[in-house]
Amino acid sequence: MSTLLSVRNLSMRFGGLTAIDDLSLEVPAGSITGIIGPNGAGKTTLFNCLTGFYKPTFGSLVLAHPTRGDLRLEALPSHRVARDAQVVRTFQNIRLFPKMTVLENLIVAQHNVLQRASKFSVAGLLALPGYRKAERDAVERAATWLERLQLTQYADHAAGALPYGIQRRIEIARALCVDPVLLCLDEPAAGLNPRESAELNALLTYLCGELGIAILLIEHDMSVVMNVSDHICVINYGRKIAEGTPAAVQNDPHVIKAYLGEDEEAGVMEESTS
Amino acid sequence: MSTVVFAAHGMTPAERLRDAGWIAFVAFILGVPLIGLTTVDVGGRLAVNTRFGLLAAAVAVAFGGRLALRWAFDRLAARKASRQRAGSAISRTQTIANVLGWIALGAAVALPIAFSDNRYVVDTATTVLIYVMLGWGLNVVVGLAGLLDLGYVAFYAVGAYAYALLSTQYGWSFWEALPVAGAIAAGFGILLGYPILRLRGDYLAIVTLGFGEIIRVILVNWTEFSGGPNGIGSIPRPSFFGLAFTRSAPEGGHSFASFFGLEFSAMHRLIFLYYLILVLALLTHAFVSRLRKLPVGRAWEALREDEIACKAMGMNTTHIKLSAFAIGAMLGGFAGVFFAARQGFVSPESFVFTESAIILAIVVLGGMGSQMGVVLAATLLVLIPEFGRNFAEYRMLLFGLAMVLIMVWRPGGLLAHREPTLRLAKAAGGEQ
Amino acid sequence: MAYALQQLINGLTLGAMYGLIAIGYTMVYGIIGMINFAHGDIFMVSAFIAVTAFTLLAAADVTSIPLALTFVLIVALFFTSAYGWAVERTAYRPLRGSTRLAPLISAIGMSIFLQNAVQLTQGARVKPIPPVIEGGVQLWSTPAFTVQIGWSQLLIIVTTVVLMIAFTWMITQTPFGRQQRACEQDRTMAALLGVNVDRTISLTFMLGAALAAVAGVMVTVYYGVVDFFIGFLAGIKAFTAAVLGGIGSLPGAMLGGLLIGLIESFWAAYLWAEYKDVATFGILCLVLMLRPSGLLGRPEVEKV
Repeated sequence: MSTLLSVRNLSMRFGGLTAIDDLSLEVPAGSITGIIGPNGAGKTTLFNCLTGFYKPTFGSLVLAHPTRGDLRLEALPSHRVARDAQVVRTFQNIRLFPKMTVLENLIVAQHNVLQRASKFSVAGLLALPGYRKAERDAVERAATWLERLQLTQYADHAAGALPYGIQRRIEIARALCVDPVLLCLDEPAAGLNPRESAELNALLTYLCGELGIAILLIEHDMSVVMNVSDHICVINYGRKIAEGTPAAVQNDPHVIKAYLGEDEEAGVMEESTS
Repeated sequence: MSTVVFAAHGMTPAERLRDAGWIAFVAFILGVPLIGLTTVDVGGRLAVNTRFGLLAAAVAVAFGGRLALRWAFDRLAARKASRQRAGSAISRTQTIANVLGWIALGAAVALPIAFSDNRYVVDTATTVLIYVMLGWGLNVVVGLAGLLDLGYVAFYAVGAYAYALLSTQYGWSFWEALPVAGAIAAGFGILLGYPILRLRGDYLAIVTLGFGEIIRVILVNWTEFSGGPNGIGSIPRPSFFGLAFTRSAPEGGHSFASFFGLEFSAMHRLIFLYYLILVLALLTHAFVSRLRKLPVGRAWEALREDEIACKAMGMNTTHIKLSAFAIGAMLGGFAGVFFAARQGFVSPESFVFTESAIILAIVVLGGMGSQMGVVLAATLLVLIPEFGRNFAEYRMLLFGLAMVLIMVWRPGGLLAHREPTLRLAKAAGGEQ
Repeated sequence: MAYALQQLINGLTLGAMYGLIAIGYTMVYGIIGMINFAHGDIFMVSAFIAVTAFTLLAAADVTSIPLALTFVLIVALFFTSAYGWAVERTAYRPLRGSTRLAPLISAIGMSIFLQNAVQLTQGARVKPIPPVIEGGVQLWSTPAFTVQIGWSQLLIIVTTVVLMIAFTWMITQTPFGRQQRACEQDRTMAALLGVNVDRTISLTFMLGAALAAVAGVMVTVYYGVVDFFIGFLAGIKAFTAAVLGGIGSLPGAMLGGLLIGLIESFWAAYLWAEYKDVATFGILCLVLMLRPSGLLGRPEVEKV
């Protein structure tokens, strides 16, 4: 499998605090890569560097874009990471547009396409057929994802007023509307009940398997990570401590140590996957 | 908040009295230096006057007001609870707002006909419409894009001075100057906006305030350019398709009155000005409402909701902010041109911070982002002081108070309901 | 040279007053992260209280200057702190945890309200009082120009220095200072650890108002005239000072105040006096664009 994203010698320091320390990582195309590690290990910081919200202190992030060639993500501002590199993320503490409806949230995600079609609002103001078609297409696309994520019934509700689990799904649907090449999910299963987690598993497998979207997944819920990931990378104190298939990672002594401490017996990780 | 305001549920009368007594005590402390004592000029020196009667009255009002408010709140909270059980009435509010909108429009069109010889009414209505237009312009920036602009009056000033200078120096007509002045104001918006739009909300507010003051100080001091504190006078009035509103027709031409075979009346011009601003305001409304349903408008609202999420969706937030700033500035500029043409003179006095605050108050009180709310608030804010001249000096006091109270009790404004820009059911229905 | 020295003295005096007001902005910003727009007007209220108190004293034939100053300061501190407390309680506390715009708009409303309340109750005309402290020392005399430091200027500078020392001691050494800094760092955590957050915030507002009260008394002593509009410009300049020094930083606020005072004095003396306010605004914009964290502030990392 070819490499989609390669992270090389990435470091991120905030003053005296080193959040990421010389981290290197490869994300293969068309697969799901899980990133796990204890709280404060630097997982979200990695996402922030990847999506342009932080400028890394050192290192490079190269995306082998299927049509646009190699892109240096660390040099792009956050909006261009999403727009040009098509690396799209969700947030650990859900960031929807709360007063806008679910459908509007999904339409806003298609802003760049629509803005181009509206010819800087001129065609839009005149309601020219080209723009009207673009808008119809955008709604249709949004409707498809709503359908797929079982959100159709909430389409015209204000996003901020809906239950937590549904908001998580909306955020994923919104990210999908940006048409990602690489989808970065920051704890998508947090706060979901077991049934919802199972649905999430099915969705992630579908996205990756059927649509070929590569997924980078930060998750604490082992029943999700271990079941869907093709490949797992374990981070602690900003460093990579282990890497490999789910089975290999689970039995890695470094990982057990990081999660359970020095003297404890292993076993919890296996239990949680069953 | 809830602990402060609603904890009064089930308060005993004694507790209520003690609570009101505490408020009265605070009012007394605060009132002593400002209400109880005042300094007056006696023969060139200050002397202290006491007004303990007034202070007592203020304390009594505080006491009684607190009791009444508590009671009202408890009732309101109870009613709110029962109404929530009865289900929401969102779509009904919207229908009512729509109907009210059409009634307001009808009234606005009919007003000069009904009051065709009442100069005062037409004049006041014109003032209301200027504020409505300014409110709609600022609504783009504050209400939709969520950028707090405290120097909006600067763009109003740019528009007014642009027309004043273009017309008096270069002989441009109103209609020629209107688009150019709007473009200049938009240019100023971009010029100011580009460096500062990266700033966080509260810093942005202060910088825009500073910008408004800079423009005013320059207008006051750069006498050769702006006429200084005296301003610019004898600005030509707009004509009706080339027909001037003058008593006598120009040589070999027609005035408005002679062309239509009417007897000359000063009211013709006032009514014309009224319809002019009505048309400008309606165009603004149509323009803004349409923009709101376009990608750029939805982007403004998304920006207000969550800037970081916008970036993560690939939106260039700087451009989106700039577009809101420029369009708001342009609309302010248009209003400025009309203001200059109506007054016939402009001076820096019309463009002080208070003016920015009034426009902001209109947007905030009306309900941020709500077009009808702006109309309601502008009408209220202009008309209330007109009803009693004694009231006029309390106008700004009440503005300030209303801004605080509305924020505390109804942060969304008077008409806070937000209508979605599109619905799935409708969009899908249109497709098939 | 002599002229420049005189400007330096004038600038320091002005800067000391801006600095005192700026501390109020910076402390409030530090603890609840909002610009207390009404702070300049609190300062204005205290100047009016000072005028009334001085006039009362004159009517009571009090001639001892130290006695008069002490009385006026105490009166102004008491009433102005009450205003600071009331403003926080009515306009800001109910909006804690609301959107970012709401408290700011409420603050602007409060500022307009205070300005107009004073205008209505005390009149719109300027209030002059007879000079309280006259005279000064001549430091240096050249044939063309005499450099003089007025007693009132000396008083202002000395008071400011003393207050700064007392204040720094309070923030770094006392339990209240500790609670205050704890709330600045993390309000929720502080509350969990038993800090009374509401009380701490109230006290912070009162302290800020108290410093503004001192500045208000000083302005009255120094200029001898006040009007209801002085809070607006003084507030913006003090805010600029707070931003220049790095908002949230107490020494920064003082440093910023001194710099703004000096810049204003020298600008008015050597460049265009009528554009001195433009200079302040210009500095504000430049600082915010180029170095938003100010001279002594720490850069903020955007939380994602």
